[in-house]
Amino acid sequence: MLAFLLRRLANAVAVMLTVALIAFVIFRFVGDPVEMMLNEQATQAQRDALRERLGLNASPAMQFARFVTNAIQGDFGISYRNQQDVFTLIAERFPATLELVLVATILSLALGIPFGVVTAIRRNSVLAQALQLVSIVGISLPSFALGILLILVFSVQLGWLPGFGRGEVVDLGFWSTGLLTASGRKALVLPSITLALFQITLVMRLVRAEMLETLRTDFIKFARARGLPDRVVHFRHALRNCLMPVITVTGMQIGNLIAFALITETVFQWPGTGLLFIQAVTFVDIPVMAAYLVIVSFIFVALNTVVDMLYAVVDPRLRMQGSGGGGHGG
Amino acid sequence: MTHSAAEARGATPLPSPAARPVLEVRGARVEFPTRRGTLVATDGVSFDIGPGEILGMVGESGAGKSLTGMAVIGLLEPPGRLAAGEIHLDGERIDNLPPRRRQAIRGRRIGAIFQDPLTSLHPLFTVGRQLVETIRFHLDVSEKEGRERALALLKDVGIPAAEERINHYPHQFSGGMRQRVVIALALAANPSLVIADEPTTALDVSIQAQITALLKRLCREHGTAVLLVTHDMGVIAETADRVAVMYAGRIVEIGPVLDVIRRPRHPYSRGLMASIPGLRERAERLNQIEGSMPRLTTMPPGCAFHPRCPEAGPRCHVARPMLAAVPGEVTSAACWLHQGGVTRAAQ
Repeated sequence: MLAFLLRRLANAVAVMLTVALIAFVIFRFVGDPVEMMLNEQATQAQRDALRERLGLNASPAMQFARFVTNAIQGDFGISYRNQQDVFTLIAERFPATLELVLVATILSLALGIPFGVVTAIRRNSVLAQALQLVSIVGISLPSFALGILLILVFSVQLGWLPGFGRGEVVDLGFWSTGLLTASGRKALVLPSITLALFQITLVMRLVRAEMLETLRTDFIKFARARGLPDRVVHFRHALRNCLMPVITVTGMQIGNLIAFALITETVFQWPGTGLLFIQAVTFVDIPVMAAYLVIVSFIFVALNTVVDMLYAVVDPRLRMQGSGGGGHGG
Repeated sequence: MTHSAAEARGATPLPSPAARPVLEVRGARVEFPTRRGTLVATDGVSFDIGPGEILGMVGESGAGKSLTGMAVIGLLEPPGRLAAGEIHLDGERIDNLPPRRRQAIRGRRIGAIFQDPLTSLHPLFTVGRQLVETIRFHLDVSEKEGRERALALLKDVGIPAAEERINHYPHQFSGGMRQRVVIALALAANPSLVIADEPTTALDVSIQAQITALLKRLCREHGTAVLLVTHDMGVIAETADRVAVMYAGRIVEIGPVLDVIRRPRHPYSRGLMASIPGLRERAERLNQIEGSMPRLTTMPPGCAFHPRCPEAGPRCHVARPMLAAVPGEVTSAACWLHQGGVTRAAQ
């Protein structure tokens, strides 16, 4: 188990270094940062001073080493656009994105898993057929279209829910949350549905496919032969076996959601990191872009590592190395 | 006076309980409706198994042996269904029970052992969990009592260090040990009948003998009847009391195991026995039955075996023989050879 942990950790570090290198290369070679930070009237002396201050005269290897050291300490430099510390800038925006993503994830699991089970065990029922049909819409409708549609119906025409912003936010010092106020919760509804719809259908289809596969296995047949009722066979035995891929996909998707919430955030003017990134792109604010890249990658890598650990919790065969056993699902 | 007491119980006087078969299958017909018509997988399958008796059921792949076993426990894969016939367990008809009552019989009164112990056990639960779950579902016992019973069962099936092994997961057991766990699960609620579907096929030859011996011992001790489905005549010869030979969905011969092995009466059984190495004197090459079993879609008229039968006559081409006692013997065979000859045309 310890060897497994260390291996996973070494893996994660290697991935992060690669990402840092890419971010560094972007930062270094997409235009000259000195040119972007100073205006056209700046003297050569000013340029040289800034160049020295930014450490751009050192060798690329040294610069990369400094970039990594600084990044580890949370120092990604100063935003070109509003001259703020990049890390603080992202940290301020992060709670908004994470709340949106977590609500969307919970929604996708809470609806996707039962829908998947129902469509698998009552394959020919009207409900299952309807869910399958809706899932095709969910999987093919782009999120910006869905977001605009929801705004049109629920904000503009019915006026039930706000169509933009985050509502009132309670500041807890290290975290600003919209979950504690009524307007904050209301503001969450439409963006989280927009973000979750694809996930719900993804989880549902995944669970359905896995359930159908699992229900054909010998151990399910044997569980029936032991006289266990369908409820137990379906929900305890079969569903448990389907959880591995669900954990994998959910873990990956949380990373994806954080990274790609930017479309939903743009549609709903949600003050999260995605919106920040879009603004950074518009202004070629390279430190923000580089930091965003590194931080999102870090979240990806961290989630993947956590997912690998969770496997061991769900599947006893992975807990003890070298004791044999086949792949899951037969 | 005892006579009238027996008669008073019903119109048909019941035989003494000891002689009453645990399982009676009468004319079982398993069908698979398909788009291109209904496939009849087994038809007219009838047999009894007495208390503590082991009935071997042998035949080629696709002969319908496993389907018969599945029909008895009520786990035919849809759209397969028992289209005709009756199944009685301890004198009670069970094939027409509603699904919920049928399910309550499974595991409680009929245990099952499947071919592959590697895949029969749930990989994510400890064997103890699976045993206790089965025991507690069928018997009204506490968690602690269930665990004690699980432990006793594991010891009974010969798992060494059962106290420790009870907390292990299936992948931590070898194939033979896993099949012992499966047997423990089948016997968890002390059923009166066990369906053992190819219980040794997936195991090493050296382990096979242990498992068949274990099965035999346990069933003798508990008085459990066994339907032993296998294609391995060696296993049947070692374990079964009686044997039913299946061909193309029908029982072609049924009788005491020694009689069928020594004096097979159906030409197919003869071919089957001749193809077993070692049972007879050393042969230059193994005997085999020419041809292959007909597909369900292209079942020949008359006796299904006639295209491969060395002794087939004109009668076999047109009329199907029913299972009937061979004159002067306990064995029954479905062959015109023992029912007036193969030459006489039907009608």
